[in-house]
Amino acid sequence: MSTVLGIPVPVILGQLTLGLVNGSFYALLSLGLAVIFGMMGVVNFAHGAFYTLGAFAALLGLQYLGINYWVALLLAPLAVGLLGVVVERLLLRHLYGFDPLYGLLLTFGLALIVEGSLHQVFGASGQSYPVPESLTGALNLHFMFLPLYRAWVILASVVVCFSTWFLIERTRLGATLRAATENAALLQAFGVNVPLLVAATYGGGVALAALAGVLASPVVLVNSHMGNELVIVVFAVVVIGGMGSILGAIVSGLMLGLIEGFTKVIYPEASNIVVFVIMALVLILRPAGLFGRE
Amino acid sequence: MNSAVRVSAVLYGLLALLALCLPWLGVYPVFLMKLLCFAMFACAFNLLLGFGRMLSFGHAAFFGFAAYVTSWLVTAHGAGPALAIACGVASAAVLGAVFGGLAIRRQGIYFAMITLALGQLVYFVCLEAPFTGGENGLQGVPRGTLFGLLPLRSDMVMYYVVLAAFVAVFLFIRRVVHSPFGHVLRAIRENEPRAISLGYDINRYKLLAFVLSASLTGLAGSLNALVLGFATLSDVQGSTSGEVILMTLLGGTGTFFGPVVGAAIVITLQEYLSDVVGGWVTAIIGVIFVACVLSFRRGIVGELEALRMRRTHPGAAGPAAPA
Repeated sequence: MSTVLGIPVPVILGQLTLGLVNGSFYALLSLGLAVIFGMMGVVNFAHGAFYTLGAFAALLGLQYLGINYWVALLLAPLAVGLLGVVVERLLLRHLYGFDPLYGLLLTFGLALIVEGSLHQVFGASGQSYPVPESLTGALNLHFMFLPLYRAWVILASVVVCFSTWFLIERTRLGATLRAATENAALLQAFGVNVPLLVAATYGGGVALAALAGVLASPVVLVNSHMGNELVIVVFAVVVIGGMGSILGAIVSGLMLGLIEGFTKVIYPEASNIVVFVIMALVLILRPAGLFGRE
Repeated sequence: MNSAVRVSAVLYGLLALLALCLPWLGVYPVFLMKLLCFAMFACAFNLLLGFGRMLSFGHAAFFGFAAYVTSWLVTAHGAGPALAIACGVASAAVLGAVFGGLAIRRQGIYFAMITLALGQLVYFVCLEAPFTGGENGLQGVPRGTLFGLLPLRSDMVMYYVVLAAFVAVFLFIRRVVHSPFGHVLRAIRENEPRAISLGYDINRYKLLAFVLSASLTGLAGSLNALVLGFATLSDVQGSTSGEVILMTLLGGTGTFFGPVVGAAIVITLQEYLSDVVGGWVTAIIGVIFVACVLSFRRGIVGELEALRMRRTHPGAAGPAAPA
């Protein structure tokens, strides 16, 4: 068996795919954050909570209603997205025109409500979601075994991320969205229903987070604080990538996942903190972020 | 002396008297000390948020790290409380210089996200570092004797030491805010480009404010560790950073006494509410957060001040709510 730096190659490749899986979640979440921030100027602290809700929706749907994985993949983001629309209409809407810090604080409170309630109702220990039958097993690539489910997560995230990018940067709807970011008042004067557009954007952004939650449910333990831990890393990813760019959010998410996986191989103790250290380095060398336009 | 100043002087006098008497009125001194430590923490945090409009989501790092340094020096090296506290404050100051130096490179929400991430970094370091006791934290920290005179083991002595430290910090922050430095800091808060164009090196002011805030937070953390006799991961956790934000917001950002009121409410809620509602405390704190942001952004003390302003100056709009 071949080795690099005394570590067997399949081990390295295994960690790198795991890193890419995590990177897919970072990409999906930071993409949603970037879209919401671009449109509303709100940093959605509750993003991790919506991710957790997505995973819980899938789990509870399976346990109580017998909804299978593929249907959950569609229904959970839809349900959480609708919840997001309600949150925007009921709460966030009142903060436009104030310091963006208030949006951050409000969504932080929301995250506490979701996390605290889930913790109280479902307890601290996690539950596992079974891998769907058609995605069990592994592909033999000869140099390594690639678990099918991991391959699926990476593939699905990349497809969703680039579809979102395409939707925003290359379609008429996307052009309208971008126009609303530039000058909402003028767009409204042209007869576009801007408040609806804003609510839909928030719903769409959190639906992406929920989708990541469903995708994650078979590979992590579903528990109340799964999103909270993730969202802090995602914030660091966003600082590294710069929130101005959608492509930047996707690329830096995947890249940092890979780097994290690689760190797990060579120096496992640092794998929890490597993203934060990179963030510090980026701030020193390129304060606006790698893809930032400041 | 105008009437507003006279009223607040009388109020502060009464409060000081109350603080001196409280432990004799049957209130549990350790609870009061914890409250004072968190009030000090919130005041230090407010220096940054209220007067510099820098929202730090990582302040638990200074609080917790100083608590660890103090506890470690006392338990592993037998240091006296004065030295241990001084080292705790110094370590928080150094950490604050690093955090501040990085975070002031970006503004507003990015500032918040950077401090959050750095706070998490410190959390992981404390989780894995050899001197912090990992998941257990450092237990059984003796309080010792302050300056070889004051036996801190007695709750009453410790209470008056903590009260004195709190009053000193409170007055110090007032002094800082009213100093030329404080005026420049508020000018930066109001209009950063204008402060730059007036020739102020704004990053120096922001960094100094950050280091001051971190150091005072460290003092609160060190004292809290000595009061309770332990330093644990919860001191350095993100949720503690969230709590101090809530205290400041609830009491009144940018007011002097607001953070104290906020700390008193939150600590009391945690102490007594948890018996009633059990594990729902986190969710309830979330609800308070949302209510605060939506309906009284000035906070309790801020709203009271605005109300008094409207009564004494009818027609005037009163101080604008922070936009």
